Amino acid sequence: MKPVGLYGLMAEFENPGDLVAAARGARGAGYVKLDAYTPYPIEALTEALDIHDRKLPALVLGGGILGGLLGYALCYWTSVISYPLSIGGKPFHSAPAFIVPTFETTILVAAFAAVLGMLGLNGLPMPYHPVFNTPRFALASRDRFFLCIEARDPKFDREKTRAFLEGLRPSIVMDVEP
Amino acid sequence: MSDALRPTGSSPTSETSSRAILAPGYSFTSVTDKIASIALSRRTPWQWFLGALTGFALTMVLLASLSYLFVKGVGIWGVNQPVGWGFAILNFVWWIGIGHAGTLISAILLLLRQPWRNSINRFAEAMTIFAVACAGIYPLIHVGRPWLAYWLIPYPNSMSVWPNFRSPLIWDVFAVSTYATVSLLFWYVGMIPDLATLRDRAKKLWAKMLYGMLAMGWRGSARHWARYEQASLLLAGLATPLVVSVHTVVSFDFAAGIVPGWHATIFPPYFVAGAIYAGFAMVLTLAIPLRKLYGLEDFITVRHLENMAKILLATGLIVGYGYLMEAFMAFYSGNVYERYAIANRMVGPYRTIYWSLIFCNIISPQILWFRKARRSVPILFVMAMIVNVGMWLERFVIVVVSLHRDFLPSSWGMYRPTAWDWSTFAGTIGLFLALMFLFIRLLPMISIFEMRQILPAAKAAEGE
Repeated sequence: MKPVGLYGLMAEFENPGDLVAAARGARGAGYVKLDAYTPYPIEALTEALDIHDRKLPALVLGGGILGGLLGYALCYWTSVISYPLSIGGKPFHSAPAFIVPTFETTILVAAFAAVLGMLGLNGLPMPYHPVFNTPRFALASRDRFFLCIEARDPKFDREKTRAFLEGLRPSIVMDVEP
Repeated sequence: MSDALRPTGSSPTSETSSRAILAPGYSFTSVTDKIASIALSRRTPWQWFLGALTGFALTMVLLASLSYLFVKGVGIWGVNQPVGWGFAILNFVWWIGIGHAGTLISAILLLLRQPWRNSINRFAEAMTIFAVACAGIYPLIHVGRPWLAYWLIPYPNSMSVWPNFRSPLIWDVFAVSTYATVSLLFWYVGMIPDLATLRDRAKKLWAKMLYGMLAMGWRGSARHWARYEQASLLLAGLATPLVVSVHTVVSFDFAAGIVPGWHATIFPPYFVAGAIYAGFAMVLTLAIPLRKLYGLEDFITVRHLENMAKILLATGLIVGYGYLMEAFMAFYSGNVYERYAIANRMVGPYRTIYWSLIFCNIISPQILWFRKARRSVPILFVMAMIVNVGMWLERFVIVVVSLHRDFLPSSWGMYRPTAWDWSTFAGTIGLFLALMFLFIRLLPMISIFEMRQILPAAKAAEGE
């Protein structure tokens, strides 16, 4: 039975190596709704938690293509259709000259896609999140490493999961209030 | 520095491993606390007040100069016919050049996996943004009617006119504004995890709220980090061609004109190399006093300074090649005007400036071939200052000396900057300093989370 009024259980580790091992252990034990919180990105952890997400590169590619099309369209429409000006006998459609603004808008929109895409897919900004209720969680941005098994995990059981986490040799296991 | 922040088992200034990019003995805790304490808890050193006050005073000089400019018009400057592009364009190019090192360090060195960049990228990026801000002022104020500067931007208007997209000047609007925007995004995204650290470490309520809002609820989730790393790499990949494009486009402003001394195909690469050269000189100019003032010699080590000195030497040689080729092509072209333009630089009325530029940018950096010089902090600081001046002189030679004598001797003239030119220039230096001092006081000037990544404990966890 899922306990009411609990977001999950959080185990704290002293060093990154223990956390990576614990994350592998938890995945191995069949837990799926879990997340780790660390003060810096750990590649081995991404593998251990089996995080595969290719949405962002696709978004950035889309942003770049859109930006390029918009940039070229702007140059073309203004210089050929809306306000054709003969300057130095150059053709209205001066493709080489249009490349520069097109290049810049490509980068601009792609960069916005990267930043807004990263924030959006991560669900940021998020002013409130249950993990912040955990005492000691402020150390996740300093020098401690946390593994949280969430209550919505099908295998989650308050007592058994706690016992499992304690078996991973953390320094402490804490309840996370929702 | 309080004892708690010292690394265990070594004296803070030990130079035992001079190749190290981080002094030994640091942990996740001490790295975090040492950098975060600069913004949060340490007593602000008196030198900070002195520097910030100087910056603010000079910013007032900028505001006064601009106010007078808006009342009287560009006639208060030394610009004339034939030198229509005086200090405004000269300083624009100088500042925008300085603004290249930050993105280079953050983007190109990230893609090249150079971990030594981790301790210098943050303030170099800040420097980039502030330098671009200073640069951006000039095109706006030199247009004559600055209140109409928004005409530079293509927007639907009741006059039914559009900018000419075949002109390098509109390319510049796109290049510089894109560069400023992307640099700002890159800088801010890079800071989000560190802002979360400051949020969690802050004691005062207002600081918690301020950093909390800026950190946007970052919690260090592994899923977030994975996307964050993707975004950083993608941004680096986007910023790399961008940084090269910016000074290329700036050089088009000149190279697309037919003025002798400007109309050269070597301009884009030679401008980009010059920009990196100037940018690294400014990074050294800032890094050397900062590491001393805040006791950061363990993070910004002699190795960092030496690496930057090597980049300075390499780009300086490229710039030297540019000068040489410029002169050679002028003679080789057989074009009398091109030949005259170069000869005029060397022996004309502005020859002192040309030869000072050669001394500053080509001759003096040769000292960096010597390891002793590259590892000597005072020599590097003096060297960086010389290059800062040299790059400014280079732009003087390109802008003013090319314009003052063109095709027709009857239209020749001389250019002398006025007091208002100088006060505006000093004012932008003040604005740059003021922004820089505010930044080092309020935000983490070294990337904390990237410093954690180069700790031995972090490498062990990755199985390296």
